[in-house]
Amino acid sequence: MSISTSKRVSKWLISGPPLLYLLIFFAIPTGMMALAAFRFPGDYGGLMPLFGTDAATGKTTLLINAQNWHDYITLDNFARFFQEPVFIELFIKSFCYAGLTTLLCLVLSYPLAWLIARSPKKWRDLLVLLVILPFWSNFLIRVYAWMIILGPQGYFAKVVNGFLGMFGVEPLQFLFTPFAVVLVLVYVHLPFMVLPLYANLEKHDMALLDAAQDLGASRWQRFWKVTWPLSLPGVYAGAALVFIPALGIFAVPDLVGGTDGIMIGNLIKQQFLDSRDWPFGSVLSIMLTLSVLIMAGLMSLLGRGGKRNAL
Amino acid sequence: MALLEIRDVVKRFGDFTAVNHVSLSVEAGEFFTLLGPSGCGKTTLLRMLAGFEQPDSGELLLDGKSLNGVPPEKRPVHTVFQSYALFPHMTVQQNVAFPLKMAGVAPDQIKARVAEVLEDVRLQQFATRMPSELSGGQRQRVAIARALVNRPRVLLLDEPLSALDAKLREQMQLELINLQKEVGITFIYVTHDQGEALALSHRIAVMSQGQVEQLDAPENIYSYPKSRFVADFIGQCNLLDATIRSVSAERMQIEIEGVGTLDTLPVAGATVGQKGTLALRPEKIKLGASVATGNADEVHFKGKVHDCLYLGDVTVYIVELENGMLIETMLPNAAPGRARFFDDNDQVELAWRFDAGHFVLA
Repeated sequence: MSISTSKRVSKWLISGPPLLYLLIFFAIPTGMMALAAFRFPGDYGGLMPLFGTDAATGKTTLLINAQNWHDYITLDNFARFFQEPVFIELFIKSFCYAGLTTLLCLVLSYPLAWLIARSPKKWRDLLVLLVILPFWSNFLIRVYAWMIILGPQGYFAKVVNGFLGMFGVEPLQFLFTPFAVVLVLVYVHLPFMVLPLYANLEKHDMALLDAAQDLGASRWQRFWKVTWPLSLPGVYAGAALVFIPALGIFAVPDLVGGTDGIMIGNLIKQQFLDSRDWPFGSVLSIMLTLSVLIMAGLMSLLGRGGKRNAL
Repeated sequence: MALLEIRDVVKRFGDFTAVNHVSLSVEAGEFFTLLGPSGCGKTTLLRMLAGFEQPDSGELLLDGKSLNGVPPEKRPVHTVFQSYALFPHMTVQQNVAFPLKMAGVAPDQIKARVAEVLEDVRLQQFATRMPSELSGGQRQRVAIARALVNRPRVLLLDEPLSALDAKLREQMQLELINLQKEVGITFIYVTHDQGEALALSHRIAVMSQGQVEQLDAPENIYSYPKSRFVADFIGQCNLLDATIRSVSAERMQIEIEGVGTLDTLPVAGATVGQKGTLALRPEKIKLGASVATGNADEVHFKGKVHDCLYLGDVTVYIVELENGMLIETMLPNAAPGRARFFDDNDQVELAWRFDAGHFVLA
């Protein structure tokens, strides 16, 4: 075996398994879903079959042909998505929830990541460990914990309502509201924002801040002109890691959102599991994927900046 | 009045005294160098001038006004950092425009002044490049342009050439000298490289262990070192420990143990019996197979070549005197076709004028 062949073989041995994994569990299902979006639902859920077995002969035949294809393939599912405003509205609402979650995560994480990055080296690993510590307990358990905290008998509701009561305000409900959804989404996704920000901020050259200060920049200017622009890659990474999963999540709105707080994820789940309308569920999934891709594209355009010639 | 005055400044870090009662003043338009080995306090002094450190006691005055408590961003003092510290997310012209923007200069003026200073450092055609697309020397020039553009009263340079290779360093030295003449701004330059200090400065403060050992023009520092440390630190030097045997107005006789007595120039405050060191530069010593004797102004020794160091333009010869003492000397390889004049173990003679060396009291 020549060197180049052995190199090629080892390259495939290394990259082959993950590629195969992605092909089987990501590319093919995505393709299947894309195709499903153009089909009709079956009588008992699933998809309307394209093959039929003749009861008498027991032979399996392809049912679709040049004449009757429009009984099997359709754009109605997409039309429905655009015609009934409730779906677009839910999309917009979900984008708002995910966007707000991302923004709150950023505002909360930035100072924390900065603090960890600036703390003495021996403390940093411990602090990072504390950030990811919640991952050691089950995701659902953490959300259930929030249900207890936010519930009418929980401490959060008691303290806040007790305080508001002093001013004569009626007790508020927290659980099963959009407030609870965003609050829990922020809690769940916080580490995904802290970690990339920390990884970025930790690498910053402190001499740059000295230089900026030396050249006349105030504390505020040093942050906005040096630290912030240099941390943008971390901000984008963190934003993507928070925004995308938050947009598609269904467990959190399911558990703490009530009827007002549902998001696209809930709707998709509903289509597949409750309404048994796979084609429309597929349409929703595809529209979700497309909108995320468009968002990502816009972000990378933003990230490139391209203000080279400006002073 | 001096532009900048350092009055009895002390700075400690824990138990370590980085700057120990330093006083000096720098005139307007001067190219002033703080020279010393690492840990001598020169960088700490520079950081106090920039405002990043506060003196524990003493005072820094600029134009007669105290700088104590004035933060770095409020001082008309800019720094060229050792690592350059260029903003990696800004183009060359954005980097250079930064101090002007911070100072609130009008945009049309910013443009003109950035163009002007980029011309001064010959970087006009690189204005829209990112720092990562520049060579080391170019980055260096951007750092200087950025620190100069807002016309600081004092420009601080923290070992700015240490990251460059030897050839480029020499070229940058010439550029720095010319630039300083051109802009007329006071430069305070920190380096551990004595060659750089001698080449660039109007005056040098040689520092050691937080104190100024000697403050003088480069030629005086080189020729008349005030202490053994300065003689040793600046250039190559033979340091011959000796005792004063007699002192007169024009000459002083010293005894070097194992070698004998010889004449040298008297120094202020010398008394018979005092110990000290004769600092003798290699290039001031004559070397030959036989050096004419009989001149009363010259000191003579015989020896043999112990080692040769061929450096191209000159060859350094380490000569062993009869008592085993080693003396370093050198000969220029000026004769065409001649690479060196002597080999190891050749018998040679040494001679130097009585005023060639400089006696340093212990």
